[in-house]
Amino acid sequence: MAITGNQAGPQTIAAVGEGPPTEVVRLGTAKGNWFRRVGWSHLVGVLALVFSLFPILFVVSAALNPVGTLSSSQLLPTRMSLDNFGAILSGSFPRWFWNSLLIGVLSAALSMFISACAAFAFSRFRFTGRRAGLLAVLLIQLFPQFLAIVALYLIFADITNLWPAIGLNSIWGLLLLYLGGALGVNTWLMKGFFDTIPKDLDESAKVDGASHAQVFFGIILPLVRPILAVTGLLGFIAAVNEFLIASVFLTDDSVKTAAVGLYGLVADPQTANANFGLFAAGAVILAVPTVALFQFLQRYIVGGLTAGAVKG
Amino acid sequence: MARSTVDVDTARPTGSPPGGRGRAGLGVGSDGTSSPLGLVLKIAALALLAAVAVWGAVPLVRTQNWIGLAVLVAVTLLGFYVYLSPRTIPLKYLLPGTLFLIAFQILPIVYTVATAFTNFSDGHRGSKEEAIAAIEGASVQQVPGSPVYDLTIAADGDPSTGDLVFLLADPTTDQVFAGTSDGLAPLSAADVQRSDAGRITAAEGYTVLDVAQISDRQDDLTAFTVPTDDGAIRNQGLSSAFDGAPQRAYDAGCDCITDAASGRTWTADDGNGAFVADDGQTLAQGWRVGVGLRNFGAIFTNDVIRSSFLRIVVWNFAFAFLTVLITFGLGLLVALALNNPMLKGKTFYRSLIILPYAMPAVAMYLVWRNMFNTDFGLINRILGTHVNWLGNTASSMVAILLVQLWLGYNYMFLVITGALQSIPKDLTEAAGVDGAKPFYAFRTITFPLLLVALAPLLISSFAFNFNNFNAIYLVTQGGPFSPDNPSAGGTDLLITYTYRLAFGGAGADYGFAAAISVVIFLIVGVISVLAFRRTRALEEVN
Repeated sequence: MAITGNQAGPQTIAAVGEGPPTEVVRLGTAKGNWFRRVGWSHLVGVLALVFSLFPILFVVSAALNPVGTLSSSQLLPTRMSLDNFGAILSGSFPRWFWNSLLIGVLSAALSMFISACAAFAFSRFRFTGRRAGLLAVLLIQLFPQFLAIVALYLIFADITNLWPAIGLNSIWGLLLLYLGGALGVNTWLMKGFFDTIPKDLDESAKVDGASHAQVFFGIILPLVRPILAVTGLLGFIAAVNEFLIASVFLTDDSVKTAAVGLYGLVADPQTANANFGLFAAGAVILAVPTVALFQFLQRYIVGGLTAGAVKG
Repeated sequence: MARSTVDVDTARPTGSPPGGRGRAGLGVGSDGTSSPLGLVLKIAALALLAAVAVWGAVPLVRTQNWIGLAVLVAVTLLGFYVYLSPRTIPLKYLLPGTLFLIAFQILPIVYTVATAFTNFSDGHRGSKEEAIAAIEGASVQQVPGSPVYDLTIAADGDPSTGDLVFLLADPTTDQVFAGTSDGLAPLSAADVQRSDAGRITAAEGYTVLDVAQISDRQDDLTAFTVPTDDGAIRNQGLSSAFDGAPQRAYDAGCDCITDAASGRTWTADDGNGAFVADDGQTLAQGWRVGVGLRNFGAIFTNDVIRSSFLRIVVWNFAFAFLTVLITFGLGLLVALALNNPMLKGKTFYRSLIILPYAMPAVAMYLVWRNMFNTDFGLINRILGTHVNWLGNTASSMVAILLVQLWLGYNYMFLVITGALQSIPKDLTEAAGVDGAKPFYAFRTITFPLLLVALAPLLISSFAFNFNNFNAIYLVTQGGPFSPDNPSAGGTDLLITYTYRLAFGGAGADYGFAAAISVVIFLIVGVISVLAFRRTRALEEVN
C-alpha cells in the first residue's frame, strides 16, 4: 500500500512549510504529459478490467463449449453451442434456480421490511431500552448465524418432527432462518440513513393528523428508497449465495437451491471435469438475475453503501 | 410489499390527534389506525397471526408438548396486545424482527454455548435411560419358539422424519399390530389392507415406506426396537421381525450392564456418560452429560488438537487481515485512477470492473477452484505448467488470497469511490495551492479522511472474512491435509474446522465443535468491540 515507508505526518507538514518552493505538477492540470494526466488511469483501468473479466470470460466460454469438459474449456470460445444450456435446463436445475429466486426475493424483501421497521423505531421514537436495543443489535450482528450451525441443525430437527413444512429439507424453514438475521444485519445501516431525513417532515404530517403508520409508509419509506434498494440487493445476493446452512438443511434434490445444486455437480473430483460445461451453464444462468439487478440499481449502490459507512 | 402502497393521500387532513397517546383502552382505531385501508390490513394481519398460531398448536397438542404450547400462546397474545394497544408504538415496529432474532439467532447461540459444556456427539445423544434401552434393544436375539411376524416398515407422518412404526402381522394368530418405540398396540383389522400372503400393505394413519425411503433411514432402523414385556421386537431384514430377549440387561443395583452370555459387566461412569468395563472398554452407546470445561481444555492440552488449532488461528487472522488489506489496496488504486476528472469512459470501466461483485460468489469460487486444477485447469494450461496449486499449503494460501482479491476488490473500489467523492475538493486544492505534491496531499489529507469514513466497513469486512466459510470450503475444502492429522487442513479456518468436526464423515462431535464456535464468538466479539471503540474515537476526532 502506498503509505508504507513514509515518516510521521506532522513532522513532514512542518518540513514542507520551511522548505524551498518546489515545482508542482498536479494530476488533472495541463502541465503533465498525456500519461501523467489520463494515461495512467487508463492503464490501471484496463488492467483492472482484464483481471475482473477473465474468469467471467472463462465461465461463459466453458458454458458455450460443446464438449462440456473442463479440460477442453478455453479462455475464448473456439466453437459455440447451446448444448450445455439445453442439458442443464432439462435436469433439476430449473427447480433449483426457482428455489434460489424464491428464497432470494422473499428473504431480501422481508428482511428489508423488518429492518426498515426497526430502523424507523430506533430513529424516530425514544423509549426505554432503545440504547440497549441498538447496542444489542450491533453486538449480535457480529455473530453470523452459521456459527451456531450445530445448534440450528438440532433445533430444526425438532421443528421437523412437529412442523415438517418449515423444517429441514424445506425452503420455507430456510427462509424463516434467514429472517432471524434480518434485524442484525441492516438495522444500523438503515437507521443512519433514516436519521438524515429531517424530523420536521414527520412532525408536520402528524400535526395534519397522520398516524405513525402513515408517516412510516407514506413519508419515510419513499424517501429512503436508495437504502432500501441497497439492502434489498445485498440481501438478495446474500441469500442466493448462502451455502453453508443451505447445504446442511436442503438434501432432497427438489428443494436444493442453485448454489447447493451447482456445488453437487462439481463437488466430486471424479465428475468435475465431465460436468464442468453443465456447471458453467448453470452458473451463467444464476448470474443473470443478480447482474441485472445490480446494473438496474447501480445508481443507488455507491450512495447507499457509503451512506452507511460514513454515518453508521 | 403490499403495505407500502398505503398512500400519503389517505392521511386525513383533520383527523384524530396524533399517536392517540392521551387515550387509554384497547381496540382498533384507538392507536392511530385512522385510515380504512390500514384498518383492513391490520385486521387481516392479526387474523393471519391467529391462523398461524392455530396451525402451529396442532402438532404441539398432539405430542403433548405443553411448554411449547405455552410459549406459542404467550407469543400470540403478545402479538395481539402489541398491535391492539395504543401504548406500544415502538414495539409494533420492533416485534417481528425481535421474535425472529430471538428464535433463530439468540436461542441457537445460547444452545451452542450450552452444548459446548457437554459431551454431545455420536453415541452420546440422549439420556441415560435412552442409552440403556438402546443397548438392551441392540442385544436382542431370537429365542427359539418366540413369534416371528410379517413386517411392514412405516412412519408416523412424514416418510423422512416421522417416527418409525413396525406394522406387524402374526401369521399364526392372524392378528395385526402397530409397534412403536412405546410398545406394541393391536390394530383393528378394518384399518389395514393386507396382501394375499398376509403382509400389511397400508394402514390408517401411517405412511408405508418404500425401499428407497427405508434405505434413507437405515440408521434409525438399526436403532429401532419395539419394547415388549420380556424383551423387544427387532426387524430381520425388511420383511420379517422377531420377538426376542435381550442378551444384555441393566441392573440398577450395581448401576451396570451385564451380558447374559459372557457374564461381562460394564459399570456406568456418570462423569463421562458411558458404560465402562473393568479393562477400560466402553460400550458404543453412551448418554449426554455435562463435562464442564473439558472440551475447551482439549483445545489446549491435546497435542494434536493444540498444534493444529494454533496454526489455524494464526492463518485465520492472516487470511482475514490480508484479504482486507489487498482488496482495500487494489480497490484504492483503481478508485484513485478512475476518479481522475480528466478520464473519459469512467462509466464503462466502472460497470465492467464491478461485475465480479455481482456474480454469484458460490459459483465463482468453484470456477476458480477448477481453474487451479492440476490436470485440466486453465492456469496450468496458460502457463504451460503442471503444478498442483492446491496440493501444498503455501500455494493454496496464495491461490485463495488471489480469489479473495478478485471477488472483494470491486466492493472496496465501489465504497472508496463513493467516499472519495464525498471528500470536499477544496481541502486537496488548498493543499495544492500551498505547494503540496499530489501524493503528499493524498497521504496527509485524503487517505486519513478515507480511513475515518471507511473504518467501520473495514472492520465489518474483517469480521466477515474471519468466518468466510465459502472461500475456504469451496476452493480448497480446508486442504491440503497432512497424514498425521486428517481433521485439520492447511488452509482451514476455524469455521471450516468446526464444520468438519460436526458434520464430517468421521463421527459427529457436536460438543467439541460447539466449544470451537464459542472460541470464535469470543475472538470476533473482542476484536470487534475493540475496533468499534477505536473508530468511535476516530470519528470524534473528525
